[in-house]
Amino acid sequence: MLHFAFTRLISLSLSLIAASVVIFSVIEIIPGDPASFMLGINAQPDTIAALRDQLGLNGSIISRYFNWISGMLTGDFGISYTYRVPVSELIMARVWISLPLAIYALAISTLIAFPVGLIAAANRGRPVDLTIMGTTQLGVAIPNFWFAMILVLIFAINLRWFSAGGFPGWDQGFLLSIKSLTLPAIALALPQASILARIMRSSILDTLDQDYVRTARAKGLTRSQAIWRHALKNAMIPVLTIIGMQFSFLMAGAIIIENVFFLPGLGRLIFQGITQRDLIVVESVVMLLVFAVITVTFIVDITYAAVDPRLRRKQ
Amino acid sequence: MTLLNVENLTLSIHDTKILDNISFSVNEGEIFGIVGESGSGKSMTALGLMKLLPDGAKMTGAVTLSEIDLSKISEEKMCSLRGNAISMIFQEPMTALNPVQTIGNQVAETLIIHGQAKRSEALRVAREKLNRVGLTAKQFPLSKYPHELSGGQRQRVAIALAIAMRPQILIADEPTTALDVTTQSQILKLLKSLVDEEKMALILITHDLAVVSGLANNVAVMQNGEIVEAGKTKDVFHHMKHEYTRQLFSASNHVPTRNPKLAEVPLLEINNVIRNYKLPRESIFSRQKDFPAIRDISFTLKKGENLGLVGESGCGKSTLTRAILGLEELQGGEIKLEGDIVKAGKNLDPNIRRKMQVVFQDPFGSFNPRHKVGRLISEPFYLIEDQPKGLELKNEIDDALLNVGLEREDANKYIHEFSGGQRQRIAIARALIIKPSLIVLDEAVSALDVSIRAQVLDLLAELSSKFNLSYLFISHDLSVVRNITDRVLVMKSGRIVESGQTQMVFNDPKHDYTKELIAATPKLPKNFNQSI
Amino acid sequence: MKLPRTLIFGGILFATFLFAALASFFWTPENVEVLKITSRFKLPSVINWFGTDHFGRDIFSMIMVGARTSIAVAVVAVGIGIIIGVPLGLWAASRHGHWLDDLIMRGNDLVFAFPSLIIAILITAVFGPSAFNAIIAIGIFNVPVFARISRGGALSIWNLDYILSARVAGKGTFRISAEHILPNIANLLIVQGTIQFSLGILAEAALSYVGLGVQPPTPSWGRMLADSQTMISFAPHLALFPGFAIILTVLGLNLMGDGLRDILDPRIRRAQK
Repeated sequence: MLHFAFTRLISLSLSLIAASVVIFSVIEIIPGDPASFMLGINAQPDTIAALRDQLGLNGSIISRYFNWISGMLTGDFGISYTYRVPVSELIMARVWISLPLAIYALAISTLIAFPVGLIAAANRGRPVDLTIMGTTQLGVAIPNFWFAMILVLIFAINLRWFSAGGFPGWDQGFLLSIKSLTLPAIALALPQASILARIMRSSILDTLDQDYVRTARAKGLTRSQAIWRHALKNAMIPVLTIIGMQFSFLMAGAIIIENVFFLPGLGRLIFQGITQRDLIVVESVVMLLVFAVITVTFIVDITYAAVDPRLRRKQ
Repeated sequence: MTLLNVENLTLSIHDTKILDNISFSVNEGEIFGIVGESGSGKSMTALGLMKLLPDGAKMTGAVTLSEIDLSKISEEKMCSLRGNAISMIFQEPMTALNPVQTIGNQVAETLIIHGQAKRSEALRVAREKLNRVGLTAKQFPLSKYPHELSGGQRQRVAIALAIAMRPQILIADEPTTALDVTTQSQILKLLKSLVDEEKMALILITHDLAVVSGLANNVAVMQNGEIVEAGKTKDVFHHMKHEYTRQLFSASNHVPTRNPKLAEVPLLEINNVIRNYKLPRESIFSRQKDFPAIRDISFTLKKGENLGLVGESGCGKSTLTRAILGLEELQGGEIKLEGDIVKAGKNLDPNIRRKMQVVFQDPFGSFNPRHKVGRLISEPFYLIEDQPKGLELKNEIDDALLNVGLEREDANKYIHEFSGGQRQRIAIARALIIKPSLIVLDEAVSALDVSIRAQVLDLLAELSSKFNLSYLFISHDLSVVRNITDRVLVMKSGRIVESGQTQMVFNDPKHDYTKELIAATPKLPKNFNQSI
Repeated sequence: MKLPRTLIFGGILFATFLFAALASFFWTPENVEVLKITSRFKLPSVINWFGTDHFGRDIFSMIMVGARTSIAVAVVAVGIGIIIGVPLGLWAASRHGHWLDDLIMRGNDLVFAFPSLIIAILITAVFGPSAFNAIIAIGIFNVPVFARISRGGALSIWNLDYILSARVAGKGTFRISAEHILPNIANLLIVQGTIQFSLGILAEAALSYVGLGVQPPTPSWGRMLADSQTMISFAPHLALFPGFAIILTVLGLNLMGDGLRDILDPRIRRAQK
C-alpha cells in the first residue's frame, strides 16, 4: 500500500511539474513578449521596457521559470498588474467562494446520483428504470450555464425564493451564504448527477453479471442482499475514478457559472484577468486550479487502493 | 432414502426448449453423475434445481427435496433453502469469489445470512470449514483475499462456503474442468470425502466420462435436453443400451488410425534453450528479477513423427510454443527447423517461417471476426514470395477447405457462422494451406466436445499421412496425447523431466512427476466387463 | 436488421440540425446580418417562428446559422482527436511493456489531469478568441480520449490467437495494427466519436458563452445565450430557443451513440442492459 502511494506521489509531482511547464510556456513564451501583449498594440517602447523590468522578464526563460515556481511554493504569486496587490490576496478572497461551490455541487451531485443509479439498476427494464434513463439522458444534454439562467428565471425572478445573484460574504452568516450558493450549485450539479447516475447504473449492472454474484445467490442471498453486500462495493470502484474527474468538471463549470450569478469567485478573477490582459493573475489562478484537480485525482487514486485489495501488493 | 426426486422437469427459455421431461432421483450419501457434451442441458438442469434460471425461463415439473416441492415454493423460501439444504459450486473458480471480500467473510456469510450465527461464531465455523477443505490456518488465514489464491485454492473456498451449513445435497457443475489434472484429482478426492463423512449427496456434472466412471454411483447421460440413459454407473457402461452412450464412450477412448512414416531426419531441433522473463519491479528501488520460463530444454522432432508435449499450466509449454514459432527471444541455446536457425523478431526469414504453422486452442479467438473464411485461411500466403492470386488462389482455398471436410461455399462465410469443431477444421485448413513440414498443435482439441474431438483427431491423422506432416502436439490432457503420439515429453517448471516412446512412458513412468500426473488422471476402462 | 429506436430518434434529431446548418448556406428565413431595431423583442409568430432578438434579428435564422458553428467546431475537434489519438493509441498498444507505451500513457494521463475547459479558456484567451482556436483547444482534449480507447481496445485484441496467427504468417506490427486491430476497434471509435461530438458541442457553447469562441458578427448559440442573460426576465424566448437547440442536438447525438452501441457490439449491449 505504501509502495502504491509512493509511486502515485511521484506521478503527482511529475504531473504538477509538467503542468507548470505547459502553463508557463503558454503564457510567457508562446505569445511572444508578455509585456507588449499586456499593454496592447499601441504601447510605447519605453512603457513596455519598464513593465518588463517590473515583471522580471529580462532574465532567461529558465531562470524566470524557476523564479515563478519558487515564488509559488512560498505563497508568492506575484503582483497583479491591474490591481497592484499581491495575487495571493486576490486568490484567497475568491477561493472561498469557488471551492465551497464546487464541493457543494459535488455533494448534491453524488447524493442524488447514487440512490438514483442504484434504483435504476435494481429495477432494470421496469418503468422506474426507463424514466430514470430518459431523464438522465436529457440531463446530460443540458448546458449548466443555460440551466442556471432558467433557474434564476424561475426561482429568483418569478418565485423570489432566492436572490438572482451576488454573494453576501461568509461574515454575514453561514446559512445566508449557503443560500446564495444553492442555485449555482444545483445548476452545476444536475447535469453532472445525470452522468454519474448513468455510470452508477451501468457499473452495478456490470457487477450483477459477475460470477461471484451468482455464487452469492447460490448461498441463499436474496437479490437485494446480493446487490448490497457484493455488487455495490465492487461497482463503486470504477465510479470513484469518475467522481475524481467530476471535481475537475465542476471546478471548470463553477468558473463559468459564477458569471451568471455575479459571484466574486476565481472565475470572475480569471475572466477579468483575461479581459484586462493581466497575465500574472491568469497564470497563477490557472496553475492553482490545475493543482487542485491533480491533487484530487491523487486522493481518488489512493482511495481506490484502499477499497480494492488487488491494488495493494503485499509481497 | 430418496433425498431428491425430479419428475418431468421441462424448461424453455424465451420459447426455446432447453430441457424435456427430465426425471431422476438421488439418494442420501450418493454421488449422482450427469454426463453430456455442451448443449446437452446439464448445467441448465442444475440451475433449474437451484431455481437460479435466467430471465425468460419457464420451468414445469416437480423437484422434491425431502418432501418440499422446490418448483412450487416462493423465491423467499427458496432463498432460505439455498446454501442451507441445497448448495452449488460452479465451473470457473477464478471468478467465483468476490475480489474485495476476505475468504473468511465469504464463508462466514453463509451462516450469517441464514441467521445461524453472529459474526464471531460464524468466523469460527468458517475457520473450521476452511480447514476441512484443506486450507490450513497458517497459510490461509481468514483475512486472505481471493486474488492471493490459485484456481484450485479458490475452488476449495467455494466448496467451503457451499457446505458451511452442511447441506443435504451439493451440486457441482464441472467443478474441475478449469483446473490442472493434479488439482482436479485433489478436488475430486475432497468432494468424495465430504460425501462419505457428512452423508451429503453430490450431483456431479461433467463432460468427462472418466471422471464420472471413477466416482459416481449412479449416472444419467444427457443429450439435447433429454436423459437418454440412466442407472447404476457400472450397468450403464457395461450395457450401453443407447446409441449416444456408445458414441460417447468410443469417442472418449478413440485412437485414430495412423500410418506414421518415420524418417530418421531431424526436423525440429531444440538445443539448450533458455528463456527468461523480466518480472515487474517489486518496488521502485529493487531491481527487476528474472523468471525462468524455460530452463535449458533440448529435444529433437524427427520428420514424420508425432511428438507430444505434456505439462500443467505454468510449466512453460506456451512459452516454448511461441519460441519455436519464432515469436519469443531466447536468452540461451538455439532452435533449428530443417537445419535453419529460428531467430525471433521481424527478421525471421519467411522461407523458414513457411515450414511451420500452428493451430491454437480457442476456436473463438483464433479468427478475425471481420474477415471472410477465404481470406482467413489464405493469410499464411503472405510468407510466399509469389503469392497465388485470382483463380489460382481460389483453387488453393477450395482445396484447403475440401481437405478438412468442409465445402467450397464456406469460403464466403464469416467465422461466427461455424461451430467450434468446424472452426478448428478451418484452423487446420489455414495451417495446411502453404504445405508446411511441421504443424504445432497448441491444445488444439482441448476445447472441443469429446465426439467432435475424435473426428478432428481422425482428420489430423489422415492429413499427416496425405501431406507428410509432422506434429508437435501440446496438451495438458494425457489421455488425448496417449492415443495419438509416437513419443512424448513431460514438462514441469521449464524443464523436460521425462521423455520416451509414448506407450513406454505411460505404462512405465520413471520420473515422480510423470507418475503423479498419470495417477491423477481419471481413467476410463476400455471395457466395463471388469468391475471398477 | 431492425434499427434500435434510439438510433432512429437520435438520428432524426441530429439530422434536423445538420440539415439546418447546411441549408443555412443557401437560405434562411431572414438575413441575420441585418439589424432591424424596429422589430426587436417580437414573440414567436407566423413571421418569426422563434421571435426576434434585441437587434430585431430573426431567432430561427440565427439558430440555423449558429448550428453551422457548433457542428463545424465539434466535428473538426473530433477529427483532430481521431487522427492524432488513434494512431498514438495503436502504436502504444503495439509496444506494450516497452517504455514507449509507458511514455504515451503518462502523456495521456497528464492531459487528462488538466481541467479541459480551463485550459481551453486559457488557450483561446492567450491566442485570441476565434473559431479556429476553439477547435484546437477542444481538439487537444479529444486526443487522449481516443488514444486511451484505441489502446485499450487494441490491447485486448493483441492477446487473441488470431494475432499470433498473423505473426506466424510473418506480418509485422504495423500491418497487423492496420489489417486486424483497427477494423475491430472501429465500432468502439464510432460510438466514442458521437460522444465526443456531443461534448464538443457543449464545449463550444461554453466557450462562446464566455466570449472566447467564434466572434461576432458570426452567430453562435453560446453567445446568443450570453446576450440573452440580461433580458431574460422580459424576453425569455431569447434564452429558451438557443438552449433547446443545444440540448436537442446533444441529445440527438447521445441517442445515436446509444443506438450505434447496440447494433455495433452485442457484447457491450449485454453489459449495458
